Amino acid sequence: MKRQVIDKGVHSGFLVIALFSITALFWIVVFLFIEGIPILDHVSIKDFIFGKYWYPTDEPADFGIFSLILGSICVTLLSGIMAIPLGIMTAVYLAEIAPPRVAEIVKPIVELMASMPSVVIGFFGMVVVAPFIQQVFDIPVGLNMFNASLMLAFMAIPTICSISEDAIFSVPTALKEASFALGATHFETIVKVIIPASLSGICTAVILGLSRAIGETMVVLMAAGGAAMIPGSIFDPVRPLPASIAAEMAEAPFGGEHYHALFAIGIVLFIFTFMFNLIADYISYKFRQVGEASL
Amino acid sequence: MIKQRLIIQKLWFLLLRIAALLNGAALAVIVYFILSRGWRAISWEFLTKAPKDSMTAGGILPCIVGTIALCLVTILVALPIGVASAVYLNEYAAQGKLVRLIRLGINNLAGVPSIVFGLFGLAFFCIVLKMGVSIAAGGLTLGIMTLPVIIGASEEALKSVPNTYREASLAIGATKWQTIRKVVLPVAFPGIITGSILGISRAAGETAPIMYTGAVFFTPELPASILDEVMALPYHIYVLATAGTQIEATRHLQYGTALVLIMLVFGMNLSAIILRAKMRKKLRI
Repeated sequence: MKRQVIDKGVHSGFLVIALFSITALFWIVVFLFIEGIPILDHVSIKDFIFGKYWYPTDEPADFGIFSLILGSICVTLLSGIMAIPLGIMTAVYLAEIAPPRVAEIVKPIVELMASMPSVVIGFFGMVVVAPFIQQVFDIPVGLNMFNASLMLAFMAIPTICSISEDAIFSVPTALKEASFALGATHFETIVKVIIPASLSGICTAVILGLSRAIGETMVVLMAAGGAAMIPGSIFDPVRPLPASIAAEMAEAPFGGEHYHALFAIGIVLFIFTFMFNLIADYISYKFRQVGEASL
Repeated sequence: MIKQRLIIQKLWFLLLRIAALLNGAALAVIVYFILSRGWRAISWEFLTKAPKDSMTAGGILPCIVGTIALCLVTILVALPIGVASAVYLNEYAAQGKLVRLIRLGINNLAGVPSIVFGLFGLAFFCIVLKMGVSIAAGGLTLGIMTLPVIIGASEEALKSVPNTYREASLAIGATKWQTIRKVVLPVAFPGIITGSILGISRAAGETAPIMYTGAVFFTPELPASILDEVMALPYHIYVLATAGTQIEATRHLQYGTALVLIMLVFGMNLSAIILRAKMRKKLRI
């Protein structure tokens, strides 16, 4: 009898602990809002999001984050243009073409890419890539949107690659064999059967990769140039949302307008990644593979 | 006709190979630069002394100690909670709304940007709980951030335990808890540890969450209590490279610190990868 009682207690204990993650998420949201909402006493939501001027330390201060949002979006899109094809192609190579021996070497390489500390990548962008692109493209500063995007692509590729690879790998062999039996070449099978069958997984991978890129802080803090202006070309410096928070928190007096504005930027950033994750979650749940059938 | 199709295939496969190669090349280039310029900075003194002359000379001992201290707190927070969450999800929970909600929470926690964790840590641990900038606040922040990784890894490890083990244990009269404690967890243990090493290595390299919660610009003393502030390797790189008094003159120190950090992180990762490869071989037999 006693054993059963213990068993029930343990069960509920585990449940309580399992709820920790969602509780933590809840409190993160609560604190962002507690500290971020007071900025609306000084500026309306519309002026905050669409205001073009970010001079938080001026008197009177301007709290318009439109150029920061645009900076984040541009950097993320540009890194996506580089990382999405490369990530998916690597995934296809690993899952379909690579001999097992080669795959056993390439996979740890991708994992090591993922584990590279972001500050090291940002540092590399600053001291190696910046002078390099300054010379090659003959531009005044090497710390710009292009540099940051290149570094972010390096960070997004492992995410895109490993999740896509799982999706491609889990396509039932029967589908592949049927395509071969119809006389299709291996490449035609990949393009017309395997990729369509794993498309939901690949979409999830892309969204999570971009979500990682938009939320990444150190790289854009160190390599993006840090100018809060609307970029005119990919060689203009930008100041994405996370860079603003990280760079300015040190000088923002606790409880002041600037402090609240930075938390409000945190809310905007959180909403971006939250949306990305919800979409990814929806796609992978809606199109999850059931038995042999997918799509 | 078929010949043409095969040529197209060959060209595309070549392209895919090049794509895979590019990744390796990018990693190699970064590692090469850090290694070739960093190894000269590394000496016994560099690893065992504190920085001096306003951080333009001396070593990085306080940063190494600080990073290890932060990692220890991270493990203490994330490992028990992560493993227990995984046990619930994999061993107890039936598919349903509650589980879907928990998983949604974990997935979204994994997607929260690192700087937002930093904001939360600052507002909650440092200010509301009055921990100030400390190992405890930084470690707790990193712990929550690492949680999803550890849950994911532990779940995978638990899933790889064959169901027959559980059934055998239940059949000889053990309760569910006894089965988990004495059969499932010991078998899953190596997998859980491997995944946790990967999670902790990620925490060790993070900068944004500890910038305002645990790490400081400079502190000459090693931490004496969990409520002390520390220096940390990743933050030290950032500080030297962007805000030091002599950014160009301390370049070698920056490369040296980056090399130490990479070696720490890659060391953890490689040991985890090797451990996992060994386990897979064992499982196959």
